[in-house]
Amino acid sequence: MVEVALETRNLNMRFGGICAVDNVDFKLNAGDLRCLIGPNGAGKSTFFKCVTGQLEPTGGQVFMRDEEVTGWSPHEIASLGVGIKTQVPSVLDGLTAFENIWLAARRFLSVTDANRMTDEVISRLSLGDIINSDVGQLGHGERQRVELGIVMAADPWLILLDEPAAGMSAKDVDSLTNIIHEMLKSAAVIIVEHDMQFIRSIASTVSVFHQGAMLIEDHVDRVMADQTVRNVYLGKKA
Amino acid sequence: MPKSWQKESVIVIAIALILVYALPFAINTFTLSILLIYGMLGLSLGLIWGFGGILCFGQTAFFGLGAYAYAISAINIGESTLPLIFSILVPAAFAALMGAMMFYGRLADVYLGVITLVVTLILFKFINSTASPIYVIGEARLGGYNGIPGFQTLNIPGRPDDYIWGDAFYYFCFAALVIVYLLVSWLLRSSFGRIAIGIRENDERMSLMGYDTRARKTVLFAIGAAIAGLAGGLFANWAEIVTPGLFSLGQSAEIIIWCIVGGLGTRLGPIIGAASLAYLKFLLGQQSMIDNTLIMGLILVLFVLFLPKGIVPAISDLWAASFGRRRKRLRKSRRGTRVISNG
Repeated sequence: MVEVALETRNLNMRFGGICAVDNVDFKLNAGDLRCLIGPNGAGKSTFFKCVTGQLEPTGGQVFMRDEEVTGWSPHEIASLGVGIKTQVPSVLDGLTAFENIWLAARRFLSVTDANRMTDEVISRLSLGDIINSDVGQLGHGERQRVELGIVMAADPWLILLDEPAAGMSAKDVDSLTNIIHEMLKSAAVIIVEHDMQFIRSIASTVSVFHQGAMLIEDHVDRVMADQTVRNVYLGKKA
Repeated sequence: MPKSWQKESVIVIAIALILVYALPFAINTFTLSILLIYGMLGLSLGLIWGFGGILCFGQTAFFGLGAYAYAISAINIGESTLPLIFSILVPAAFAALMGAMMFYGRLADVYLGVITLVVTLILFKFINSTASPIYVIGEARLGGYNGIPGFQTLNIPGRPDDYIWGDAFYYFCFAALVIVYLLVSWLLRSSFGRIAIGIRENDERMSLMGYDTRARKTVLFAIGAAIAGLAGGLFANWAEIVTPGLFSLGQSAEIIIWCIVGGLGTRLGPIIGAASLAYLKFLLGQQSMIDNTLIMGLILVLFVLFLPKGIVPAISDLWAASFGRRRKRLRKSRRGTRVISNG
């Protein structure tokens, strides 16, 4: 039997009268890749935050590797071995890229192993040129890469990425595609993304959110061809 | 910056040995002692604010608690060793409790400042209102606004009649400050310290990495309080009386000014800021032409405008610009500088 990395049952998140996440049942097997798409305000990021513990859902349950984690705080969820990248690049601005990645590795490893792991992540992401630069002074794409390094350094089995391609150049997006394929070797990956080009390039199963609910789950090509999806999300272009 | 802690310690001790003998030629040891004590108090806030990002308006609360813990237990015990330990432990325990309430309650920034400020005020009001003889702990009367005089001052451990005072007390304070400084340096180089700095930079990121930032901030807050408490215990010995004035808001504000002027985010800055401003205040106190709080305010404004990073970072920047260039280039070519630059 395939192990389930993440599952939500009847997940609900209400803000007063607004239902941002409406009874979402979601399931992702270990080692799989899934993209979440949908128009602005569809509830993707709220769903993401409920799963990572940044918001406590008002109803329903979240399971990770068959353990119920509903209402856990972010550090407890991260401690399970879940790597999280938030929508706005969240890095430690005043510290070097090395220190950023080292701190992530140190959470799970001894000092010596963390040093080794940091070196490894730095070479895998080719961050060698900027390891001693303060992250606050780096460009947007580089900061995104440092944050991906932070996620990788913890060697997670489930990775949640909120808009990793936002504001990246075409070249950066290419390398991001490679990084995600690399991550998939050892983890299940969920990506919240707007960039359809990018989603096509990693060609995966897509879950479409609309008004807080799950509209459709299918392969990216079939989703793109679906008339309802085109109406709610893509307009007439795509 | 020296790479290993051992190497740095040797340099610190060497400089300290020179200073401990050189300084008394310029300033008398009685005044020097209080400057060292204030230096330690400055370092306590410099640690939690500069490296932990916790702006505490109530560092004097821990300073005062340390002083009172010392005075009360010294009266009851009649020997100074345990009281000095209490002056560290009591404020640390109080801060751990208070910190846990604030950090687990997810209070941040300005609310934290307000709460620490209010706690200081409460302590001030409370101690002030304990003049009645019913406020007694063991044999020690709290004394209200009169304070507590006449307690056993520092003695050689186990020999209550052999007092450590005068020059000896100065050496004792100097040694205590050097030890605390080295411990703080060691702490900041340890994983705990590096993680604390990470939390200062981005609390959310650190918790998404899996660190329990609430617990870590509580511990750091308690360590800062322990250092402030030790400074308070030493202050009690210096002044030979403790009064509610220790909890005053003016004093609280001054510690913040020391850190800003000396240089936040450095270890040496708050010590130098504290000692130099306290000495300036002492000199200004000898004249009556101009109110010295006015001058303190002016100094703060000038620093914020023209030297916002403070004395120590400004000097080390200047040093790096004129002499450090070659060394820096050398260091950059060597891969993997894993030292956090913290003055």
